[in-house]
Amino acid sequence: MEYFLIIISAIFVNNIVLAQFLGVCPFLGVSSRLSTATGMSGAVCFVITLATVVTYLLNTYLLVPLGLEFLQTISFILVIAALVQMVEIVLKKTSPSLYAALGIFLPLITTNCAVLGVAITVVSKEFSFGGAPHLMNLGEATVYALATSLGYGLAMILFAGMREHLAGNDVPKAFKGLPIAFITVGIMAMAFLGFSGIV
Amino acid sequence: MSKFSIITRGLVKENPTFVLVLGMCPTLATTTSAMNGLEMGLATMFVLILSNIVISLIAPVVPDKVHIPVYIVVIATFVTVLQLLMQAYVPQVYATLGLFIPLIVVNCIVLGRAEAFAGKNGALDSALDGIGIGIGFTLSLTVIGVVREILGSGSVFGWKFIAGDGILAFVMAPGAFLVMGYLMVLFNKLAKK
Repeated sequence: MEYFLIIISAIFVNNIVLAQFLGVCPFLGVSSRLSTATGMSGAVCFVITLATVVTYLLNTYLLVPLGLEFLQTISFILVIAALVQMVEIVLKKTSPSLYAALGIFLPLITTNCAVLGVAITVVSKEFSFGGAPHLMNLGEATVYALATSLGYGLAMILFAGMREHLAGNDVPKAFKGLPIAFITVGIMAMAFLGFSGIV
Repeated sequence: MSKFSIITRGLVKENPTFVLVLGMCPTLATTTSAMNGLEMGLATMFVLILSNIVISLIAPVVPDKVHIPVYIVVIATFVTVLQLLMQAYVPQVYATLGLFIPLIVVNCIVLGRAEAFAGKNGALDSALDGIGIGIGFTLSLTVIGVVREILGSGSVFGWKFIAGDGILAFVMAPGAFLVMGYLMVLFNKLAKK
């Protein structure tokens, strides 16, 4: 039940783009076509989940026992950058087809603030899923990361679908491109506000 | 390019928010009020100036292949310095801006300037570039904050001049996207003239 609450809240209620404003740059950057949006969502999903597990372990078993929490930011970003490189190399060797699909998106992910954002959130923020507020354990952190990245994918794919239609429409000149995209996301975020209060 | 134009370029022609559209996450998330926007802008400017100076000094000796990781470490170092300073002297501000202070590390503006300007120019020019872009970013965030605060709570910098609650949606997530979109339209109109 608790995991179910985490999943619903991370995907719909606290959607990472539409409610928390994380990963907005790539969200706008690669959502002009549905196929690229799907590829990017897959890559982000993979990296966020993996990076959160690794940084969680690093934080719990190395930084906290040694009293080095102030190194969180710098060590997390290094872990994420190294991880992205490693995933790229491993994928290239073992699964060329998946690499071809995700390839160009992987290097971009290092600077996607959603990855670092989720990694920092799970080790620093107290959550209460029905019970008393507590820091997440590894299981909850993993589920939270996976659900959050699914929410990212959901928002991105929905938005890409709308944006493909927008491209063919006659939009006033000053609104062309990003301004109309922002307004569309605003309306989408308003729709997602409807989910608040569920959990 | 004159020293003065390096600074003014960041205000309109290469405005990081409305023209380059970089660093959107803190821009949208922290501008719930004018004061928050201003504080976030200043925090980013601090990191931007210092990292620009250091990167311009070390760029000639950094091998090309590893320059991005090196730049990120430099930026992350200054962000950590900023985090410690803010926790010590302005804990209230640090608590309000929360997650978005450590996330300055992955703000595309900072890495973008390191890559596009500081890596190729001298320390003084890079510092000026940091100041210019930093002021542009701070101003943009403050403007967005002012608009959202007026519409959302009927006040400016905490000074309330419209009675009542205001339109709550503008303080929440949808308002950020809407205000950003319409301000960009306005900026496009004005800048084109």
